[in-house]
Formats: sequence, C-alpha cells, structure tokens
Amino acid sequence: MSTQGMMRDVLVGLVPLILTGLVVFRGAALAQMVICVAACVAAELVFTAMRKGPVSIKDGSAAVTGMILALSLPATAPWFVGVLGSVVAIGLSKVIFGGLGQNLFNPAMVGRAFVMIAFPAMIGASAYVVQDASVHALTMATPLTSLKMSGVVTPLGQLLTGATNGSIGETGALACLLGGIYLCWRRAAAWQIPVAVIASAAVISLLSSGFSISAVLHELSAGALLFGAFFIATDPVTSPVTPRGRWIFGIGVGCFIMMLRKLSGYPEGVMFAVLLMNAVVPLINRWTIPEPLGGPVPVRN
Amino acid sequence: MTKVAVNYPGKGTFERGIHPPEMKQWAEDKSISVLPTPKELYIPLLQHVGAPAKLLVAPKEQVVYGQVIAEAGGFISAPIHSPVAGVVGRGANITLANGRHVPMVPVVTASDSVGAADGIYEDMLGGEWPLSLLDDFSPEEIVDKIKQAGIVGQGGAAFPTFVKVLKNKDKPVDALVINGCECEPYLTADHRVMLEAPQAVIAGTLLAAKASGAKAIYIAVESNKMDAVEALRPYAQGTAVTLAVVETRYPMGGEKQTVRAVTGRTIPTGGLPLDVGVVVMNVSTTWAVARAVLRGKPLTHRVITVTGRGIAEPKNVLAPVGVPLQELIDFCGGLKADTARIIAGGPMMGFTVGNLKTPVTKGTSGITVMTLDDVHEEETTHCVRCGRCVDVCPLNLIPTKMALAAKNKDWELAKKYHIGACMECGCCAYSCPANIPLVQLIRMGKVQMLKK
Ligand code: SF4
Ligand code: SF4
Repeated sequence: MSTQGMMRDVLVGLVPLILTGLVVFRGAALAQMVICVAACVAAELVFTAMRKGPVSIKDGSAAVTGMILALSLPATAPWFVGVLGSVVAIGLSKVIFGGLGQNLFNPAMVGRAFVMIAFPAMIGASAYVVQDASVHALTMATPLTSLKMSGVVTPLGQLLTGATNGSIGETGALACLLGGIYLCWRRAAAWQIPVAVIASAAVISLLSSGFSISAVLHELSAGALLFGAFFIATDPVTSPVTPRGRWIFGIGVGCFIMMLRKLSGYPEGVMFAVLLMNAVVPLINRWTIPEPLGGPVPVRN
Repeated sequence: MTKVAVNYPGKGTFERGIHPPEMKQWAEDKSISVLPTPKELYIPLLQHVGAPAKLLVAPKEQVVYGQVIAEAGGFISAPIHSPVAGVVGRGANITLANGRHVPMVPVVTASDSVGAADGIYEDMLGGEWPLSLLDDFSPEEIVDKIKQAGIVGQGGAAFPTFVKVLKNKDKPVDALVINGCECEPYLTADHRVMLEAPQAVIAGTLLAAKASGAKAIYIAVESNKMDAVEALRPYAQGTAVTLAVVETRYPMGGEKQTVRAVTGRTIPTGGLPLDVGVVVMNVSTTWAVARAVLRGKPLTHRVITVTGRGIAEPKNVLAPVGVPLQELIDFCGGLKADTARIIAGGPMMGFTVGNLKTPVTKGTSGITVMTLDDVHEEETTHCVRCGRCVDVCPLNLIPTKMALAAKNKDWELAKKYHIGACMECGCCAYSCPANIPLVQLIRMGKVQMLKK
C-alpha cells in the first residue's frame, strides 16, 4: 500500500457519486469535475514550484481534492467558481502549510468556503433552482431548503436514488453509502468517523423530531450529510489518528451539522461543521494519547 | 484453519498487530543440514544482553571442541565455548549485524576438528532424550548446567538463560511459556527444531520448568505449524506440558504478545514476564537446555535459516557460532544476481548487513536474502496522518507522533507519546502508506534520548 494507492481507493470510492451526478446533472456536472480536477492539479504544480518543494502530483491527492470540491459544488456554478475554489483549496489550505499531510483544514472545504463567501448568489441555496432547466431535478429547491422554507418533505425514494437537486455529489444517498462502505472496507477512511457522524446526527434528529423515524431518515439522506460523513470528515490528514479521537471528532461533526441545520438560517452545515472540527484535531490528538499496553513507561533516575 | 481444543487461560491472540505474507515456503520443508566445518570462525565476546565475556585464551593457543575460551564477565553474562578444535588468532574488534562494535577472537579450525565429522547432527539433535532421566537433576543442578553451557536466549534478544530460570525469592514463577511461534516471516529454524527434535524440546521444557518452579507449562505454536504440534504431541502426552496453538499473527513471538495470548496476563511496560509470574523461553533454547543437562554439552552450534528469493538453495543449517555469513551463503548455493538486501534475522526485526564477514551469534536465527523484486520501494511521502500505524501497533502507541518527535529531536514530546515503550516490532512501518521509516526514526530517537 502506498499513498498513491490510498488516493486511488478514494477515487474509486467516489465513482458511484460521480455516476449519479452525471446522470442527474449531465454535462454541467462533467464540466465542473473536469474544471476542478484540472485546476487543482495545475495549482499544485504552480504552488509547489513556487515553494521549490518536491512535485507531489504523483500521489494523486490534488486530483482527489479537485474531485471532492467539484462534487460539493452546484452543477450550475460558473467555471471561474470551480477554478477559484481550486486555487484557494490547494494554495491557501495545503501548499502553504507544507503540502500533503501538513494542512490543518480540509482543502476542498476551504476552497468551497471561500467561493461561498465570495459568490453567495452563485453557490448559495438559490443557485440550485434553475427554473428553465431541461433537467427536471434542477427545477426544484434542494430537499433541505424545501423542508426549511416550505415544509415540503422530499420522498425517501428520491433522496436515495439522487433524483433531487443539490450539489453534484450529495444527491444520491445510496451512492454515498456504497462508495463510503467501499472506502471503509479498503481502510482509506476510518470507519469510526462516518459511524459517529451518522449516529450522533440520527440521535439528535430523533430527539428533536419527537421520535419520528421518517424525519430521521430524511435528515440523514438529504443534503450533504452522508457525502460529508464518508468523504469529507474522513480526510485522514485533517482528522485524528487514534480510534478514540475519531469517535470524538465524528460526534463533534455530527452535532455541529445538526446544530447548524436546526439553528442557522442556512439549511446545510456540513462544510462548516467539518472545518470547525478540523481546528480542534490537534487538541483531540493530544487528549487521546492512549496508555501503552502494560501502562506508562516507568521513570528511572 | 485447523481447530484445536484450547485449554490455556489466554485467548490465543492479542490486540492489533499485522499479518504479513509468511514467506516460509522457501525453507520450511528443508530438513536441517549440517554446515561443513568452516576454516575460520570469528567469535564475538559479546553475544548476549549484559556484560561481555572475558577472554581466557591467548593468540596461538590450541583449543579443543567445547573448551571455554571466555568466561562470564559478570552476573548477567555467559561463557563462550569453542565450537571447533583449532588455534586461537589475534583478537580484534568487529561489528555485529545489530551495529554493535564488540571484541572478537578468531579461531582457525584444525583439519581433524570434530564438527567436520558426519556424526554431528546425531550428536546434537538426534538420539534419545529420555524424560525418565529428568528426575536425576535438582533445580540447582539444572541452573548450574545451563550457566556453564553458556546458554542465552536464541530468539534474538539473547538474555542469559540461567538468570531467567533462577528462582527469585521476591517474584515467584508459576508459569513457563515456551515460544515456538516463530512469527517472523521467512524464518523456519524453530519450526524445524520442533519437527526434528521434538523430544529434546519437551525434555528441555520440563527441565526449565523444574529449575524455575513453574507449575503451568505451555509451548506456544502458531496455527500455521500444526505439523510441529503433532510432532510434539506424543512426547508431551502424560507430562505437564500444554501445547498452546495460537493465532498466526505478527508479532506473536514478542514476549508481551505470547504471554498475553497464552496466559492472558499483561507484562507491565519496562517490566519482565517475571513481574507477572511467567518465564518465557524460545523453543530452540529448550533444545540447548536439554543438551546441556542430559548430555553435558555447551552451546556451540545453532540452527539458522538461510532463506529468501535471493539465495540459490534455501536451507536450515546447523552451524557453529562465529561462522561468517559468507560461508552460510556459499553453503546454500550463493546469492542470485538480483540480490538487493541481506538481513541478519527476519525482514521485520532483522538488521541489514553490508559486510559478509559478519559472524553469526548465539542469537542469530536466520539470514534473509531479498531480491530487487522484494524490496522495490515506493517513494516516501509526507505522513498523511491516516492512523494505520496507530491501528496496528500491538503496544497501543502512536508511532507517527513518536517518529516525528524523534525526527525533530523534541524529546519531551517523544516521552509524552511513550517512546520508551516501543519494542521496535515494525508493524507500524509495515503498514505505513507513506513509507516512512518509522522504526528507524523511533530507534534512533530512543538511542539519542539515552545518550542525553
Ligand atoms: S501510517 Fe504512515 S502515513 Fe499513516 S499516520 Fe502513520 S506515519 Fe503517517
Ligand atoms: S511503535 Fe514500536 S511497538 Fe508500535 S508498531 Fe511501531 S515498532 Fe511496533
């Protein structure tokens, strides 16, 4: 196993999401993916050259960042959104820290946060509804927005298959599950994190909905929760290294997602939840230094 | 996997660890063959943990087979016997495979030396090892004979054996665990000893138990060596010995892991098996014990696996201590053209050697020869913090952080991450996708911390 092999596993795990995205959003999705991957790889080349660091394209991490960024954007976002997001993801959040493995924040999410603040209209909730689109899904608000704004519950079947509106990669809950399970099975993702995210979100939603199972299922399969749990929160670089740390991290992400969904005006909280928890990963790592088998090393004088 | 009745208190396994390819196929079916007596031996005077032995012979002096050429240089030390008859040469310093510089004395073999004789296999491993004779020896006698024979652990750490089995007033022993796991990939020497000299193994085990006062006696064997279990079974029948089949998993042969798997007890960090009432001994050591007590012979030879894709004819070789690696390699048909790395020991915990004059010691269990194909190395990248090294560390450590702290010479941080507890098993480095030499960094850090 190599770093490259691990990145390959992630890309393979993304295939079901990519396919679902292509089916739902067609050419626009394809264009977004090509733009982001190409821009991320190019940015990595340029920035590492500027830092005179080793060229780290071969490990495939830039391509993974590009793909995840693309999947987290609406298909309708114009090309420069993808490009700018990529440049910020690689430049500001990764290479500046010293490249792969050194960054504190998930690069794709930093890139997405940047374009979201810079171009709120092009990627905010309203960006998703394209009234005259030929694709049926694009004429609807995202499931979370429709629930929040008009109380419309999207049928579970649609959420599972991806026949809804949303970011390219988040629409198909089944695709996320499938790819995510592959990722955990290949150990490219630590299984504790998605389990903790999903479980904590489920518990909160169960309690806040007055024990409605259908509300829980809607909460879990709508929006980027599954995508985030399996593909974003599990980014090894920006998540804790110990099993106990991963539980804490995952529960933190799940709780923040639910808090943002319930309390903020913005219906989706995955991105901010992950970035917030990224910030405390060094602390979590320190809190969760396990006791060696057989107890601590005795002090000798 | 063969299902075996488990009648020992442990679970037969331990937490975490890895399962590397076993690679035992090269030598596991090769019966032990005898190395023709080498022309010259380089006998290191420090072959064990503890104080170096003190040389008793002068240059040009004649020695006979089995003669003490160096006496124990302290309590934790062991005498050294000449494996051949011959003439002592001028002492010098030599670098062992593990990197230690130690004094060494050469012995040039006389042409008519024993060891050249065909009977050596029979004399060492063959014949009867009657268990009925065991009653003739008192615990004190057994300890004394082990001490005189210069026996040290043959699993690698090479701790003088008599110290282990000596009764300790403060720390009573109730269990003896014989380690026949041989969890290192490639190596098969212990396996062959169990197959070819099972009676000697049982006799040595019972003698060690008697000396140490252990009542519960286990021989731990990994489940990939059921033929060894079957070979031991008839001799174990009717004795107090329990054959404990344990899961095939690296590093099952580590003291902490074997003891946990077999007895369920946890050896404290920095402590000894003795702290939990256990004595652990390698299975090849039991053969040496039986030979010392029943036949009155010192430890001069051992079985060494010479194996790997890079060696023409892999073998298990009965060879004298002090033989240079080159002789063993020649005996096994020599190296292949694409040999890339020669390791004293197995690939996980062994040491890469550059000089084939390096002699084997009482603790050398094998020589692993790897080819370019085996070692094709992936590029090293930055740590991606994937935590795989954490997931496999049998001691529940955080290898990536310890290695990083050691690299940055941040000793405070290294201590916080319990660097001193690491047993250098190599599970972490084996699992690292970024190919970071974790064990090397940790080992280096530990050494530098001691120096400070
Ligand atoms: S296995 Fe290697 S890359 Fe992964 S955390 Fe450990 S040191 Fe880092
Ligand atoms: S840290 Fe030490 S004990 Fe743990 S896996 Fe690595 S070498 Fe083995």
